[in-house]
Amino acid sequence: MPVWPCSPHRFSSLSSPQAAAPPRVPQRTKQRPVGLGRAAGSTRGVAAPLPLGRVRFKCGLSGPVLDVLRCRPGWQQARNEEEWDFLWCDVSWLRENFDHVYLEEHVRICHFRNHYELSRKNYLVKNLKRFRKQLEREAGKLEAARCDFFPKTFELPSEYHLFVEEFRKKPGTTWIMKPVGRSQGRGIFLFRKLKDIFDWKMDGGRTNEQKDETQVETYVVQRYIENPYLIGGRKFDLRVYILVTSYSPLKAWLYRDGFARFSSMRFTLNSIDDHYVHLTNVAVQKTAPDYDPEKGCKWMIQQLRQYLTAKHGTGLVEVLFADMDNIFIKSLQSVQKVIISDKRCFELYGYDILIDQDLKPWLLEVNASPSLAASSQEDYELKCHLLEDTLHVVDMEGRLTGKEKRVGGFDLIWNDGPVSRGGNLGALVNGSFVANTHLGMYSPIAGMVPCSHPFLNMRAHPFHSRTREQGTSTLTGVQKENMLSKHGCEQLDYSSTIEIQHTNVEGTTLFIDLLFKLLNCCSSSYVSLAENLMYSRCSRCLLSTLLKLVLLFFSS
Amino acid sequence: MLEQDGGLSLTIARIVQRLKGSSLHSQLERQARISLHNPEIKLESLKEDIKDFLKTSGWEKKLQNAVYSELNVFPSPCHPAAPPEHMKEPLAYMRKAQGSWEKRILKSLNSMCTELSIPLAQKRPASEQKELLNKWNEMGTDEPDLSLFRPVYAPKDFLEVLMNLRNPNYENGEQPSFRNHLGLIQVPLNVKDIPELKEDFSELDLNIGQLGIDDSAQVPPEFFENEHVRIGQKVLAEQDSAAAQQYVRQGCPTALRADLWALILNISNQPEDILYYEQLKSNVIQHDLLVDSLIYKDVKLTASNDDYYFVFEDYLYQVLLCFSRDTSVLEHFAYSSATPPKSYIQGKVGIEEFAVFYPPNGVIPFHGFSMYVAPLCFLYHEPSKLYQIFREMYVRFFFRLHSISSHPSGIVSLCLLFETLLQTHLPQLFYHLREIGAQPLRISFKWMVRAFSGYLATDQLLLLWDRILGYNSLEILAVLAAAVFAFRAVNLMEVTSLAAAEAVLADLSTLKVMPLLQIFLFATVT
Repeated sequence: MPVWPCSPHRFSSLSSPQAAAPPRVPQRTKQRPVGLGRAAGSTRGVAAPLPLGRVRFKCGLSGPVLDVLRCRPGWQQARNEEEWDFLWCDVSWLRENFDHVYLEEHVRICHFRNHYELSRKNYLVKNLKRFRKQLEREAGKLEAARCDFFPKTFELPSEYHLFVEEFRKKPGTTWIMKPVGRSQGRGIFLFRKLKDIFDWKMDGGRTNEQKDETQVETYVVQRYIENPYLIGGRKFDLRVYILVTSYSPLKAWLYRDGFARFSSMRFTLNSIDDHYVHLTNVAVQKTAPDYDPEKGCKWMIQQLRQYLTAKHGTGLVEVLFADMDNIFIKSLQSVQKVIISDKRCFELYGYDILIDQDLKPWLLEVNASPSLAASSQEDYELKCHLLEDTLHVVDMEGRLTGKEKRVGGFDLIWNDGPVSRGGNLGALVNGSFVANTHLGMYSPIAGMVPCSHPFLNMRAHPFHSRTREQGTSTLTGVQKENMLSKHGCEQLDYSSTIEIQHTNVEGTTLFIDLLFKLLNCCSSSYVSLAENLMYSRCSRCLLSTLLKLVLLFFSS
Repeated sequence: MLEQDGGLSLTIARIVQRLKGSSLHSQLERQARISLHNPEIKLESLKEDIKDFLKTSGWEKKLQNAVYSELNVFPSPCHPAAPPEHMKEPLAYMRKAQGSWEKRILKSLNSMCTELSIPLAQKRPASEQKELLNKWNEMGTDEPDLSLFRPVYAPKDFLEVLMNLRNPNYENGEQPSFRNHLGLIQVPLNVKDIPELKEDFSELDLNIGQLGIDDSAQVPPEFFENEHVRIGQKVLAEQDSAAAQQYVRQGCPTALRADLWALILNISNQPEDILYYEQLKSNVIQHDLLVDSLIYKDVKLTASNDDYYFVFEDYLYQVLLCFSRDTSVLEHFAYSSATPPKSYIQGKVGIEEFAVFYPPNGVIPFHGFSMYVAPLCFLYHEPSKLYQIFREMYVRFFFRLHSISSHPSGIVSLCLLFETLLQTHLPQLFYHLREIGAQPLRISFKWMVRAFSGYLATDQLLLLWDRILGYNSLEILAVLAAAVFAFRAVNLMEVTSLAAAEAVLADLSTLKVMPLLQIFLFATVT
């Protein structure tokens, strides 16, 4: 088994007791009608989530998922027929069992009942088209244009005639055919002539003679983006993770890490038969003749962001990432009304995004069960952290207050409305709304340890630390401890870490409150300063902000 | 006083000499000719008028930057009576050692030539030329059989040479005595101690804002980052090379780095520079050199297997192949201890008139050479600009990392600085590692030779190179190497073998450079 990255204490949450928005934590009162089948009898109270801290989980997958679940303190694997509180299953389980099993209120499952509304390519397109129309009606053309992040797409065979019409209108365009039900690049091909599609209709549609014609596999045909952004002559796409914990109201978390997957070949439109040039899915790349597994062909998203910033400046890159946020939100909103909301379900989506040469992001597809198999050590770490943080957000242990804006690597980007970065005091930083997203902005979570808490990490000095290598310079207090080496780190008691952080953040808040009362005013400069204070968890900032506050106080 | 004046006038004379041949000179001359026709010129106020004109037209800045760049590159002149080789390297035993090292490299290159019966250089047939031209932008897709080629040398071989360096005027027998150094480097050179380094790197002090520290997630940008970016934009607008150099000591904002570095290195990518690059490119296409295979091999072995740099493979060929043809690189041998190897036209071996430098730029690539270019691909996507930046970085800094000299930025001094720092600050660690046969330099040497390229994460590496440019010195590499050891000291104290120590230090990609440097220099009790 690969080395398990032992840093569960990386968890950090910002609790904000006086948040402007009321807490949106669902009250667990509504009882779901008892279904058929095995009844999971339990004597435990319904509302209190696992007072004793034992979570029984069931997991249908191996690899990082199972490793993370097994390593989680207080969790244990349910034996074959035993009841479970937490289920990580693949979608087929859902299809077969969901409607036949009685599920208690406290259990959690990693998929929504009709997850395919977003993850099947034809449904995604259908939902987006409908949502676009609705927006156009309700909010006007401009708002509807914000939905134009997917290339022209048709479902085949049902929209074949519409497609042919469009095809005739724009000759010479390259189109891409994707089977809707398959994933990881299987069955995809490109074409420029209608003839190719006839061939496909002849043999691709009917592989099995015994199946009648209504069983023809559905495809979507999509305008192929011919000017992808290239780095070193190679095409790439982005994989970004979004966690949805609720659809009504919509509550979505964006993971800070992600990666860019490079095609191992140089991009050219001359060879449209060559899949490897065009597809960046790792699954396809793995079968390329010169694929080098050591290489991985991946960049962390931080790296991409840095590369783009170096080339195009901060402004353009910020617009690009804001556009990507828009894609996430709009696509989720498009299915918000159709997805069967269920408090027991959550879903981790893998978004595939392509950037073109004008730095416009395009949505390629959404995966409801993104590949969580790891291709390298770095990848393994990323996925472990991702899963770990997912579990933190899902919060079987009931440790969160429900007001957190950041949990581990997840930032809350939508909570029935946009979430601002600043948070509780003013919601505005420098007078403008700043979205609570940090995609690719800070060092990869994989190499990161919990943010410095001046009170928490006092004992960890770079040269004297016994427990782990974590260089907090008590002298500067700046975030110098982002330097966990892989060697000799020990697991710390994780629940206590959270508690300490909570008390301290609350302590700071109290302190600021006090200061505010003292100042007895609420001018904007104070607000932004105090906000900084809230979010600066290092002693140097804390001190300098305090100093500024005091100075302001005396000068006013 | 007199001597200083003499030095100054010497410097001025040299810079004037250097600038005479430059394109700036011809541009100025052209401008002067145009202005000549201006009827308002009066002979009596000519001098003042020219001064004013230079100022208002922006030529002054350009001239200033060119002079500054010359000052940075060339060492201050030595005593007028000193022989010219002193400019290369004042210590005779260093010169000698470098000479015999070059002989070894050449021998190995020659033997590879005869073994594989491949000529050093040959003209490509027309068909091959065309083919190469067609795939110029995707040379990485080519998979020539290079199994027989091997890198001429690796950092490890070079370290062996440095370990055997001795000063003949300094009596140190093989028996251990108080005169021996405890480390691997046995030559007595003057290296700085922490107080001196503190003074040199004063901008890295704790109370001064640093990119790489004060722009982290925890620090709101209002405190430092925003202001720093604003100043950076101002520096760029001013086009002042000296100001840029001072500015980058606190780190470059990612979005400004490419322009700031170009400004410091005085690279403007003029049409004539692009033309020059195109010429080099056509040279590559016409002739096939043995070193091309070495470059291919090296890229395949290092950069294309690197997690970060694999995408830039094609750029690396475009830069490195042209670099090997660039005879203007030869100029740096005036102040480098190295001497370009010579080759003779067939049948005329030993006859000076038929001698040519081989490769044309005089630099034989070694294992890891391409890693000097790779990080720059992050910043520049135009091959011609990327090329010029790399060439300038090489003739200013990187050549010092693989030639034997007593220069404070030379690899020998860096090694000694590293060992001294570690010995003074972590004597127990140093002793422990020495006892188990894991001399620290054996591990850190490759980091320094490659200027940490390929070992650190890219953002961290660029932050480090910011400081190299800012201080016009490579000493920071030795400091960082020592800081890395200090940072992992606890774990290193527990190892009992070289392999285990290497394992502890195998992965540096999670390190944050600036905090390490800052702690080591300023927050360690000395």
